[in-house]
Amino acid sequence: MSSNGSTPFVHMQGVSKWFGSLNVLDHIDLDVPEHNVVCLIGASGSGKSTLLRCINRLERIEEGEITVDGQQITDPKLDVNVLRRKVGIVFQAYNLFPHMTVLQNVTLAPRKAGGFSRDGAEGQARGLLRRIGLEAKADEYPDRLSGGQQQRVAIVRALAMGPKVLLLDEITSALDPQLVSEVLALVRELAESGMTMILATHEMGFAREVADKVCFLDAGRILEEGSPAQIFTEPREPRTREFLARVLEAEKLA
Amino acid sequence: MHALHQVFRTFFYPHSFRLSLPDVWAGFQLNLKMMVIAEALVLVLALALAIVRGLPGPAARPLRVLAIVYTDFFRGTPLILVAFIVGFGVPGLQLGYISNQHVIVYGITALTLVYTAYVTEVYRAGIESVHPSQRAAARSLGLTYAQTMRYVVVPQAVRRVIPPLLNDFVGLQKDTAIISVIGVGEATQLAQQFSTQNNDFPSLVAAAVFFILLTIPLARFTDHLVAERERRERAQAF
Repeated sequence: MSSNGSTPFVHMQGVSKWFGSLNVLDHIDLDVPEHNVVCLIGASGSGKSTLLRCINRLERIEEGEITVDGQQITDPKLDVNVLRRKVGIVFQAYNLFPHMTVLQNVTLAPRKAGGFSRDGAEGQARGLLRRIGLEAKADEYPDRLSGGQQQRVAIVRALAMGPKVLLLDEITSALDPQLVSEVLALVRELAESGMTMILATHEMGFAREVADKVCFLDAGRILEEGSPAQIFTEPREPRTREFLARVLEAEKLA
Repeated sequence: MHALHQVFRTFFYPHSFRLSLPDVWAGFQLNLKMMVIAEALVLVLALALAIVRGLPGPAARPLRVLAIVYTDFFRGTPLILVAFIVGFGVPGLQLGYISNQHVIVYGITALTLVYTAYVTEVYRAGIESVHPSQRAAARSLGLTYAQTMRYVVVPQAVRRVIPPLLNDFVGLQKDTAIISVIGVGEATQLAQQFSTQNNDFPSLVAAAVFFILLTIPLARFTDHLVAERERRERAQAF
């Protein structure tokens, strides 16, 4: 498969994965064209996180194939470290390195794996931090930052490697409600700048706003996919309707 | 009253105490020397062994097994036996350079062999206590396994195990006394000689005082580090 504009940047076909006897991913087919934003919705345990973690080979798949930028990532000869420079991921729990300052967190990978000099990496990192208004926190340790600030640093840390696709794994789920919007604003900005992104999210309003495509996962399968307008206003599957009704109910209570 | 006087006379008689001090101090300098060199070696070797034990994949299996055999063997063997075996056995081998070292070298070797086994386990616990999500984050950024260990896992692990590490070093400091059995004229041995010659025990008390003076600051420092960490972790919880 070549990497011309017509092939999807991330392509998954018949992807299955088991944890023991549990079928966490069940014949997943998913195409993500360049500059598109795809949102994965679904209950906890439906396989959203595992799906994302397969794309950068944090998890292995048992069946099917995944290509990223035209390259088979299941190929045993693949250098995963090269793949991971192209595929950034941000986690629910931020996973910043607690023993390093913000600046060190952002510059570590560019310096050690990206071929940047120290000055080059720091210059780039400060620029990125300035963009998100956290340049003043460059020399602080992560535990001095709010959750929202930590998550924005985690996003910038992923961006510093110049990834071509960004995987966001429920990045606002661990945040206090008042801190969610600052993180979503940054993601919105990235979407507008044309970053290819796959988001696992519980923020339905946000998914509706930024997504080119929404996929509803249920028990490891993509049960339904479509435009945000279709999924959120006229879902075909009863399970999708049920899920959306439950989420809406929870949002009202909150 | 008489009994009390007897106790004082036997253990704390200032005259004997003073007389024995130069000898005991001279011996204690050997304890210090063995302790410092062995601790430095243990710090490095144990970390290397702990990392080897954690290596992933079937290819590294022989290395992992070797590391496990090593720690099992030297944690299970009393230091005094290791000291005998190294201190008397190795010179007996007549292997030229290896067999012609000063006896203190064999003492340091025995201490290093045994304590490396203990401290490997301490490091390993520290490495395993670093949450897998830290490795996932580092590997996801394109860092290799070795880079992830070097920059992300080991620095956090070492910070966490400093208190138990210092605790083991208190043990090592005291165990330098055991090396007297292979003929290192360290504090305990010189104190005992003095005691036999003079038929009283203040020299032994003097040796004990040296050991205690050395370990108390280390113990307090360890307490301080533990308290400091608890304070920081509580602060983070809010």
